[in-house]
Amino acid sequence: MPITLEKIPGQEERVILSLGPQHPSTHGVLRLVLELDGETVVRAIFDIGYLHTGFEKTFEHLTYSQGITLTDRMDYLAPLSNNLGYCLAIEKLLNLEAPPRAQWIRVLLTELTRIQSHLVWLGTHAIELGAMSVFLYCFREREEILRIFEHVSGQRMMTSYFRVGGLALEPPLGWLQRVEKFMKTFPARIDEYETLLTKNPIWLRRTVGVGTISGPDGIALGLSGPSLRASGVNWDIRKAQPYSSYEKFQFNVPTRTEGDVYARYLVRMDEMRESLKIVRQAVDGLPEGPIKANAPHIVLPDRESMKTSIEALIYHFKLVTEGFHPPIGEVYQTIESPRGEIGFYIVSDGSPKPWRCHVRAPSFGNLQTLIKIVEGRLLADVVACIASLDGVLGEIDR
Amino acid sequence: MTDSLETSLALQKLREFDAEAVEDAREFRGEITLYIRKNRLRAACEFLRDSTELSFKYLSDVTAVDNYPLEPRFEAVYHLYSIEHGRRLRLKARLPGDDPRIDSMVPVWPAANAFEREVFDLFGIHFEGHPFLRRIMMPEDWEGHPLRKDYPTTGYR
Repeated sequence: MPITLEKIPGQEERVILSLGPQHPSTHGVLRLVLELDGETVVRAIFDIGYLHTGFEKTFEHLTYSQGITLTDRMDYLAPLSNNLGYCLAIEKLLNLEAPPRAQWIRVLLTELTRIQSHLVWLGTHAIELGAMSVFLYCFREREEILRIFEHVSGQRMMTSYFRVGGLALEPPLGWLQRVEKFMKTFPARIDEYETLLTKNPIWLRRTVGVGTISGPDGIALGLSGPSLRASGVNWDIRKAQPYSSYEKFQFNVPTRTEGDVYARYLVRMDEMRESLKIVRQAVDGLPEGPIKANAPHIVLPDRESMKTSIEALIYHFKLVTEGFHPPIGEVYQTIESPRGEIGFYIVSDGSPKPWRCHVRAPSFGNLQTLIKIVEGRLLADVVACIASLDGVLGEIDR
Repeated sequence: MTDSLETSLALQKLREFDAEAVEDAREFRGEITLYIRKNRLRAACEFLRDSTELSFKYLSDVTAVDNYPLEPRFEAVYHLYSIEHGRRLRLKARLPGDDPRIDSMVPVWPAANAFEREVFDLFGIHFEGHPFLRRIMMPEDWEGHPLRKDYPTTGYR
């Protein structure tokens, strides 16, 4: 029996509407159960689990390195952010640090991921509120970022490019020029989106004052990321607890105080510009050097040394067949994903497979805000509210 | 931010607030874990949230660990964060394998609602006082709790 809203005794009968899971505006398979009084939402609850694939259980049956491939598939719009969070968690467990070049490339790619993820959010958000052309423009630019990912990792979406202790491979020749080219064209493109939406009267009528949440309420409900920053809370994990050399980059954290759908839109638009600044600094200051940490018992050796050194061959064999043994302990590593705080909680029992790997998904935390902000709003606003929180069901259900 | 047991303000203040609450305290890689007695957890959490020096107003995460076949089998895990002070803290409560129960933290942090439902669904830990403790990931009529270590992973159900 699917979840439904129970009737409150003594209250007159109201319409119960099931929105989703097969509904284009629910960004995957989110189901909302809404109690309507006319067109106004009185109560709402969410029903999830349609994409539950047991990632956390699967982690327990894979070695630490194999687990990286699962993180891509959770938040399929920000695969590299998830790779980074997972790798950093294991590196913390091992007390290992990636070399500077790897850290810089990680920052570069996660910021491109943020832009890419925000582009999908903007496109789908706009199309749901009736602005078709923005969607097509956004996907044009997103495609270019996906080609950059494909160029560097061989995959458009399921990249698994970050590895424990560094990167999988040195970026190919000509790749940075491609990033350069993208950076030249993109600022004008953001302006283009803004001319279509920011002062568009229809867009304003659909978003200003809709789905408002205050900062303290957002904190209490577990809201994080750009959605919380739109409510006046200046909290960005990149600044608060810097990881992967973020402390060496200059950027601003855009915040707004209104806390409505429009404020969340403006914050994400500004974030794309800030991300581009970080990408620019990462390309300009990219240090030379190795891309993998010097830890032969953890990091796979190069192809070249494997063929010339018996030691490298032994390490390779041990790492591939068995995996590495981290110390007994537990770590919780968070990073700022495009959607908010993504946390990896890993418990190690000293074996090559994690005893427990839990993912704190930002969309899952943000979902509780959704049912709060739709209450008392019109049914049509529910669609704007869902889109403004930018949930990805893959990571909600895991 | 790295923290050690000697300098941990949370541990010091919590001991001042309730000398009995903290069962055990550990530090690993600069992260503090406090083991709280389960019947003192709600009061300890309220203190951690409301104390101005600590102000752990943000509940990042609630999860659990199954230490089967050891006893006490389960650990409920809470990750707290203080946005004002930029500090993290992990709380743990040990629960028995036979009928694990613990107070719900929804009255302290409304954010706990969905996280506790997930732990209930996948580990079978009951959160007493939770307003809507129903399965969240698995179908309503599912039997068993998949993230338990003794849950079969092969064969027909």
